[in-house]
Amino acid sequence: MDFLSEHQPELLPGKRQLPPVQGVIEAPHGTTIVAVTFPGGVVLAGDRRATMGNVIAQRDIEKVFPADEYSAVGIAGTAGLAVEMVKLFQLELEHFEKVEGAQLSLEGKANRLSTMIRSNLGMAMQGLAVVPLFAGYDVDREKGRIFSYDVTGGRSEEQNYAATGSGSIFARGAMKKLFRDDLSEEQATTLVVQALYDAADDDSATGGPDVARRIYPIVTVITEDGFRRLTDEESSDIARSILERRLEQPDGPRAALL
Amino acid sequence: MSTPFYVSPQQAMADRAEYARKGIARGRSLVVLQYADGIVFVGENPSRALHKFSEIYDRIGFAAAGKYNEYENLRIGGVRYADLRGYTYDRDDVTARGLANVYAQTLGTIFSSAAEKPYEVELVVAEVGDTPEGDQIYRLPHDGSIVDEHGSVAVGGNAEQISSYLDQRHQDGMSLAEALKLAVQALSRDTNGTQREIPAERLEVAVLDRTRPQQRKFKRIVGRQLSRLLETDGAETEAESSEEE
Repeated sequence: MDFLSEHQPELLPGKRQLPPVQGVIEAPHGTTIVAVTFPGGVVLAGDRRATMGNVIAQRDIEKVFPADEYSAVGIAGTAGLAVEMVKLFQLELEHFEKVEGAQLSLEGKANRLSTMIRSNLGMAMQGLAVVPLFAGYDVDREKGRIFSYDVTGGRSEEQNYAATGSGSIFARGAMKKLFRDDLSEEQATTLVVQALYDAADDDSATGGPDVARRIYPIVTVITEDGFRRLTDEESSDIARSILERRLEQPDGPRAALL
Repeated sequence: MSTPFYVSPQQAMADRAEYARKGIARGRSLVVLQYADGIVFVGENPSRALHKFSEIYDRIGFAAAGKYNEYENLRIGGVRYADLRGYTYDRDDVTARGLANVYAQTLGTIFSSAAEKPYEVELVVAEVGDTPEGDQIYRLPHDGSIVDEHGSVAVGGNAEQISSYLDQRHQDGMSLAEALKLAVQALSRDTNGTQREIPAERLEVAVLDRTRPQQRKFKRIVGRQLSRLLETDGAETEAESSEEE
C-alpha cells in the first residue's frame, strides 16, 4: 500500500479528483449482506441483485469475497468502488502475509478495512458509499467474529449476527427471531438464507432466490479449516427447501409468542 | 600523488565473480526438484523463522542461497513486483519468466556497477504449471545471467557435486516422498563423499503443489507431515503411487 502510493498513486482509490457534480450519480448498488456466528465459525452471505435507481442492474452479481484464508468481506453500496476496495484489501492482506511471513490478526484486518472505507469518504458524500460487512475466524480466540462499518469508517464488532445494505433492517429482524446460541453449521447457513428471503420479501432492491434462472444467494462459511463457499448445489438445496416451506407458510417460521 | 593501478576489465570482473562465488559457497546448498504433482524445495536450514524458500505469487516460488539480507531484499522486491502486476492487470499475467527477467536485470546491474559490491546470492525462481510440461525453473547466478533448468537444480556451496548427483538419479514422475528422499540424500553428501545425517528439524521443505485446490499453490511442509514423508519407505511409496493411478 505504501509502495503503491509512492510509485503508482493513481491505482489507489480515494486519491482521485472528482469533477463537481450536482445530484446523485447513477451507478449500480449492491444491496443486502448478512452474517451470523455459530460455535466454531461464522457464516457470511449475500443476495445477488444490483440496482441502479429503480432498475435492476444485474441479477447475478457476486458480493461476498474471501479476503484471505480466514476472513471474508460482503459488500453493500456502490458496486464498482466496493469491488475495487475488496481487491485492494485482498492484495494488502496477501502482501503482508508474504512479506512478513505471518498473517495479520483479525483485529488488524478489520482496522485496515476501516481506514480504506474512511479514505472513500469524499465519494460517500456524493452518494457513492461503500459499506462492507467483515467476518472472519479468529485463530487466537478460536471463534467467529463479525465487524460492521458505517460510511465514515467507524468500526464496531457485532455479537451473534449482523446485516448491512438496504434490506438489512428486515434481515436483522428475521435473524433476531431465529438466532440461537447453539446453531450448527447447517442451521446457520439456513438461517442466513431465511434472513435474505425476508429481506427480499420487503425490500425491492434485494433479490430473492431466482428458481427460473437458478440464481441463488452466495453463502460462505469460515471455520478453523478456513474459508469455504457453498457450491451452487448446496445453496440451491437450502434455498429450495426454504421455498417449499414458504409455499405453505409465506412469512416463514414463526417464533414462540412468549 | 599516486597514480591508480590499471586493472583490466576482464580482471576486475573475474575478481568480482570470485568474490561473489566465495560468498555463496559459504552458505548451505539447497535443491529444487520437479515431482509428479509439482515442484519441491529442499534445503538445510537450522532456523525456523528465517526462510530460504518463500511464496512470490499463486504459482511462483523463490529459493535463495547466499547472504540473507541481500536475498531477503530481492525477495521483497519480487513480491512487490508480482503483487503490483497482478493488481494492475490480472493474476494470470504474473509469470516466472517475467520475474526472472527482473531479477536478472537487478543482479546484472549490481554486478557490473563499480560503485557497489556484487550480491553474494544465487536464486531459483520456479513456477508450477497445470501439467509437468508446464513447469518452469530458472536459476539466476550472481552475475545476472539466467539458466533455464529442467528436472532438478542445486545452488549454494556444494552445488556442482549435488547437481551431478541429482542429474544421474532424478526421474520424471517421482512421487513427493521419492523426490524428497533423493533431495535429502543429495544434500547430506559432503564434499569428500562421506554421508552425514540431516535430522528433520534442520530441513526446510516447501512445495508448489498443482493439485492444491486453492489459487495459491505454495505450501510449507513442516512437523509431522515432513517426518511422515521422510519415513515412508520405497514399498509404501510405490503402493501410494499405484493407488493414485
